[in-house]
Amino acid sequence: MIEIKNLVKSFSDKTVIDDTSAVFETGKCNLIIGASGSGKTVLMKCIVGLFEPDSGEIMYDEGSFTNMAEDERKLLRQKIGMLFQGSALFDSMTVEENVMFPLNMFTNMTTKEKHDRVNEVLARVNLKDANNKYPSEISGGMKKRVGIARAIVLTPKYLFCDEPNSGLDPKTSLVIDRLIHEITTEYNMTTIVNTHDMNSVMEIGEKILFMHQGKKEWEGSNKDIIFSKNENLNNFIFASEFLQDAKDMRMLEMKGKIDDNRNMDELLK
Amino acid sequence: MNLFTHFGRYLLMIRQMISKPENWKLYWHELMHQCNEIGVRSIGIVAIIAIFLGAVTTVQTAYQLVTPLIPRTIIAVIVRDNIILELAPTLICVVLAGVVGSRIASELGNMRVSEQIDALKIMGINTKAFLIMPKILAALIVIPCLVVLAATLGIWGGKIAGELSGILPPQTFNEGLLDDFIPYNVVFAMAKSYTYAFIISSVPAYFGYYVEGGSLEIGRASTKAVIVSCILILFADYALAAILL
Repeated sequence: MIEIKNLVKSFSDKTVIDDTSAVFETGKCNLIIGASGSGKTVLMKCIVGLFEPDSGEIMYDEGSFTNMAEDERKLLRQKIGMLFQGSALFDSMTVEENVMFPLNMFTNMTTKEKHDRVNEVLARVNLKDANNKYPSEISGGMKKRVGIARAIVLTPKYLFCDEPNSGLDPKTSLVIDRLIHEITTEYNMTTIVNTHDMNSVMEIGEKILFMHQGKKEWEGSNKDIIFSKNENLNNFIFASEFLQDAKDMRMLEMKGKIDDNRNMDELLK
Repeated sequence: MNLFTHFGRYLLMIRQMISKPENWKLYWHELMHQCNEIGVRSIGIVAIIAIFLGAVTTVQTAYQLVTPLIPRTIIAVIVRDNIILELAPTLICVVLAGVVGSRIASELGNMRVSEQIDALKIMGINTKAFLIMPKILAALIVIPCLVVLAATLGIWGGKIAGELSGILPPQTFNEGLLDDFIPYNVVFAMAKSYTYAFIISSVPAYFGYYVEGGSLEIGRASTKAVIVSCILILFADYALAAILL
């Protein structure tokens, strides 16, 4: 579990995160959603320690991250995996070397053990026969999967995904979403996903935190989001008329007003 | 950001990169990789420049020494001292500031912009120690070697040019090389090369590591790194000459 308490972060005189508190649960996909510039990336970077918050507290299972010494943070970071928006794979290394890098750095495994582990996680993310390819030789979706493989190779307790679907087609996005969800359950990790992808929200949003202008505006699950009365959330999630119609349809369906195709046809008239 | 802020952040970077490696083997591997990148890959350009520097110095010195009262061996003495004291360490290092400095700044800048540095940090790695320290150590190891190579090839180039253009025979050149040789000049040249090696590696590393923005900023950082390195090399050149000679 990760908990943030009254987090504040400013750049110059602009407050980007304004007194935000939340709990991210273990074994669940916790989504931070919000429009561009709403502060979700800054919030995630504060949680992983890439930015220092101005005030507030970040609690991991291991204790207060805010008050940890650098050595303790380094140890905790070995339990953290992160998938970056652009995958952040090392250009000069092959897929295999990228995934093996954390093993080389932090374990005393033999070469065979490392190879086995790398092949195991690459197979887990459905990536075979790409071991010797360089990041420039693989597609965006494959890069994301390599990024996930590298993030989980040390079996982390915490997984952070920053915009995992950016630049991917809807079908590949779905594959990545499901993979993140499956891995979260399988490894019983605390996963935090930063996204503004509607499909992700509905697919894997077991717990959703909606950020608006640096503040937590709404909290709930993908089941609650349909019935939310929050105007800012509705404007964000159901931005187009098409999505608004789809939402209305879904609400009717969930209320049992559409029980078969005939009823739906009547409603559509 | 003003000059003092840059200087303070540069000093902090140097201090923070000195820490116990997370894994000695990987750091050693990175050091060897950088020795290859900075040293071996620069041998070609250093050799070409050094040979021609020596050759041009010989021809131009002979051109200026028109009086028959001065022995021809003086040409070799001038070529030797010029090469050892100034041309091999300073000029070669100015060239290396361009070749090596821009590569270091753009490599780190690209890593910063593509979040590779953040990825390393998230893993719990001291990114300054892992990315910058091996570059500085490698530069301190290989750049003095390149300067020695440049001095050797420069003098050899001068000898060949003297022979090919009929200015002075190799035997006379060799005699001149041994005339009034001051071993301290070599020590001075080495002191210069170590100082420049530190500048060439640390200054571009600073500009690359702290890049903010996109590819345009990487280019700007790279250019700025080369300019600042060259200015600092020339400043250090004067300061070392004033202090050590």
